[in-house]
Amino acid sequence: MTQYETVIGLEVHAELKTRSKIFCDSTTEFGGDPNTHVCPVCLGLPGVLPVVNKTVVEYAIRAALALNCRVASFSKFDRKNYYYPDMPKNYQISQYDLPIAEHGYLNIEVKGEVRKIGITRLHMEEDTGKLVHQGNITTTPFSLVDYNRAGVPLIEIVSDPDMRSPEEAYEYLNKLKAIILYTGVSDCKMEEGSLRCDANISVRPAGSQEFGTKTEIKNMNSFKALQKALTYEAERQIKVLKEGGRIIQETRTWDDEQGITLPMRSKEYAHDYRYLPDPDLVSMVIDREWVEEIKRSLPELPDDRKERYVREYGLPVYDAMVLTNTRELADYFEDCVAVYPNAKTVSNWVMGDLSRLLNASVVGIINCPIKPEQLGALLQLIEKGTISGKIAKTVFEEMFATGKAAETIVKEKGLVQISDEGAITAIVEEVIAKNQKSVDDYRAGKERALSFLVGQVMKASKGKANPELVNRLFKERL
Amino acid sequence: MQLHQLTAHEMHDLLINKELSSEELNNHIFDRIEAVEDKIKAYLTLTKEGALERARSVDGQIQSGERIGPLAGIPVAVKDNICTKGIRTTAGSKILSNFIPPYNATVVEKLAAAGATIVGKTNLDEFAMGSSTENSAFIATKNPWDTGCVPGGSSGGSAAAVCAGEAALALGSDTGGSIRQPASFCGVVGMKPTYGAVSRYGLIAFASSLDQIGPFARDVTDCALLLGVISGHDPRDSTSAGYKVPDYTTFLNNNVRGLKIGVPEEFMAQGISPEVRAAVERAMSLYESLGAAVEYTTLPHTEYALPTYYIIAPAEASSNLARYDGVRYGFRAAEVADVVDMFMKSRSQGFGPEVKRRIMLGTYALSAGYYDAYYLKALKVRTLIKQDFDRAFEKYDLLLSPTSPTPAFRFGDKVDDPFQMYLSDICTISVNLAGIPGISLPCGFVGQMPVGLQLMGKYFDEGTLLRAAYTFEQNTDYHKEFPKI
Repeated sequence: MTQYETVIGLEVHAELKTRSKIFCDSTTEFGGDPNTHVCPVCLGLPGVLPVVNKTVVEYAIRAALALNCRVASFSKFDRKNYYYPDMPKNYQISQYDLPIAEHGYLNIEVKGEVRKIGITRLHMEEDTGKLVHQGNITTTPFSLVDYNRAGVPLIEIVSDPDMRSPEEAYEYLNKLKAIILYTGVSDCKMEEGSLRCDANISVRPAGSQEFGTKTEIKNMNSFKALQKALTYEAERQIKVLKEGGRIIQETRTWDDEQGITLPMRSKEYAHDYRYLPDPDLVSMVIDREWVEEIKRSLPELPDDRKERYVREYGLPVYDAMVLTNTRELADYFEDCVAVYPNAKTVSNWVMGDLSRLLNASVVGIINCPIKPEQLGALLQLIEKGTISGKIAKTVFEEMFATGKAAETIVKEKGLVQISDEGAITAIVEEVIAKNQKSVDDYRAGKERALSFLVGQVMKASKGKANPELVNRLFKERL
Repeated sequence: MQLHQLTAHEMHDLLINKELSSEELNNHIFDRIEAVEDKIKAYLTLTKEGALERARSVDGQIQSGERIGPLAGIPVAVKDNICTKGIRTTAGSKILSNFIPPYNATVVEKLAAAGATIVGKTNLDEFAMGSSTENSAFIATKNPWDTGCVPGGSSGGSAAAVCAGEAALALGSDTGGSIRQPASFCGVVGMKPTYGAVSRYGLIAFASSLDQIGPFARDVTDCALLLGVISGHDPRDSTSAGYKVPDYTTFLNNNVRGLKIGVPEEFMAQGISPEVRAAVERAMSLYESLGAAVEYTTLPHTEYALPTYYIIAPAEASSNLARYDGVRYGFRAAEVADVVDMFMKSRSQGFGPEVKRRIMLGTYALSAGYYDAYYLKALKVRTLIKQDFDRAFEKYDLLLSPTSPTPAFRFGDKVDDPFQMYLSDICTISVNLAGIPGISLPCGFVGQMPVGLQLMGKYFDEGTLLRAAYTFEQNTDYHKEFPKI
């Protein structure tokens, strides 16, 4: 039985979050009433001319450097000609044979193995508008066009066909997103369309060096959809081959509801784009010093930061990876460690309770009601014995809900741990007197009975009794 | 001499001496238009109200003792492929017959800042594609010297308007000769500036790497004045050059002593009418007699200019004109089945035959499998043509030739034979391919029809062109002739 290997390459579009569009000064703001974020230039009115927004080039270079690409010293824009009503000029200004950057890579980790995924090229282009339909798309008699998005700057990042499974594709996209987020040039929100991904996928007999015929998959609107679509498509292709069929080179669309890929009408997509250098724009000579300057301004990137966490904080690799996945989470962690230096404890809280509360609410880490210094202060209270770990969880939730400092909550609610031996002894003796059966059980060797007794003390003290002290007192008396 | 026959600088003198108000001047021009426009048909749209309003404002400035610029209150016509805010701009095409731009071209802003009054929008070959203005979707502009002849093109309306006294000055656009050839046919001065000297922002593109806006005038001085107003770097046009615009009037010296002038023999060879050749030879002799050194030279790649042009210009046009699809503005075909049908019917019905021919040529030249053989090859030949000029300008200060091989031809003579029509630009298109400046000025008559002399200069050396043209004008009287309409 032939074993098949899957080969995947991804084409990712990321919207750059410059304030103005790529060739005019209209705002790039998301949303807005239809056709309000437009001007004669991005509407492609007769006679208008594009002028490159320098920040777009800077952001593209920034992303390119973070992805280990070689930045071109000479680059230009080209026109990609095709007709579609969401394109004001019926050509898209893009880059063809001289992209701003090429030959990059990023590393992914799948099942403990690090894989280097090549990046063929990174280029700049303008986004298109959007078709809007009232009611049902198949029955509505007309389409409406909103050009607010037309001219929003994009970078397209094309990978080499280096991925060998949908999991690797998933990890690649995740890592790519993490790196771009670190550079700060894009929001990378798949739901808002500021990150979009198409895939080229083929299968071949394991061990073969030649590529099989590929299909292009579009319309994957989430990370999950990407993985599901590629899993489906690989299986579909293998099935076709096993049944003696041939793969047709075509573009297919992912139908998320049905969980299948479907062929798009190939006629519509058999384009000859008739690229030509855009005569309205002059070619760009990229100043090396500028590139160096951008390079120096790059933040520490996820891989470097992860390694540092393992090295400097002694964190497990898994913790380091999770914490460094976004710049904001990593910054939070570090700010917290600055106050409370036990990194593993901080990591446990950030990855555990904090993440749980953040996920359950809609706030992101940036707007987290508990500031990192406040979390650090809470951990100090535990260490000093002011409150117990258990009380700390309650305090933590209260902090999250109100944004108050831990000390304030502890004071207001009288949650300070009782470590006064005399006071606790009284409760312990009372519990022993009232629970003769458990006392007997414990003496008979049932360890669990002690937990029950301790629990009774905690209940009576409203959780404030120092648990270590309670344990000791019981053991002394029983 | 009648008022409408004065040059702009003469009108300016009357204005500042308060012998005439700008309102009177503009009213006179509109009277003149009323008198002759039926015969000439230079305009697609007249903008009398706006012109008079600005004229009154300039009069106010003069009355209050303010100094005014040389074009303030002077009536100027604008080719209808240059966008004017709130004023219909058609590019001579049915597909833009209802298009009212929400913005001004940079040159129109500059005219406004200079206080010039805008008389109206002039007729042209559709999307500036043609050499006779017969390709306009709307009207046929007549040559004021003989209304049975074409005014040239594509800026035929602008040339005819200046010639017939329907404006003092006009703006045209020149992609392969569209200012110089009609200037030659109508016996006026017309200049294509260096590529990048004048902003293209707001010029409805035909071929972006060749298009350039330039002036029409009744003499070289006026040409220099208008050029000075419209030139200069524009941050809205990436291809506009960052350079300091000189005061072009400082070049207006009656002196060509020591100037080295080359005459490319290729421009005097095939297809040139004997009378035109004779007129150009007289011009050569005149320059020699005035102390210039004139000799024949060669631009060896000239024979490839026409085919090169007819790859590059249509290729760019096929992309530039893709936006006219009926979706956002302009003409939309009625009764369409779906969006593709709407595209096809709107474009089929909205464009005329010459525009369609060039879109098809250009689409073909850019198609997969043909790009290298046509477009890329044409770009390479274009470089060779540029190098021909570079070499010539190592030796000469400027080059001299006829503007067009013949005087104005009659209506219908060439309209059915596109290639014959293309040949009338044989002397002008190399200048666009190279990007250098060129000027056409009257140098004689064949019968009653004017002949144009073309001078070609180094990049951004409009000054030398103006100096040589001015000297020629000071020593001849051709520019003082007026057609009887």
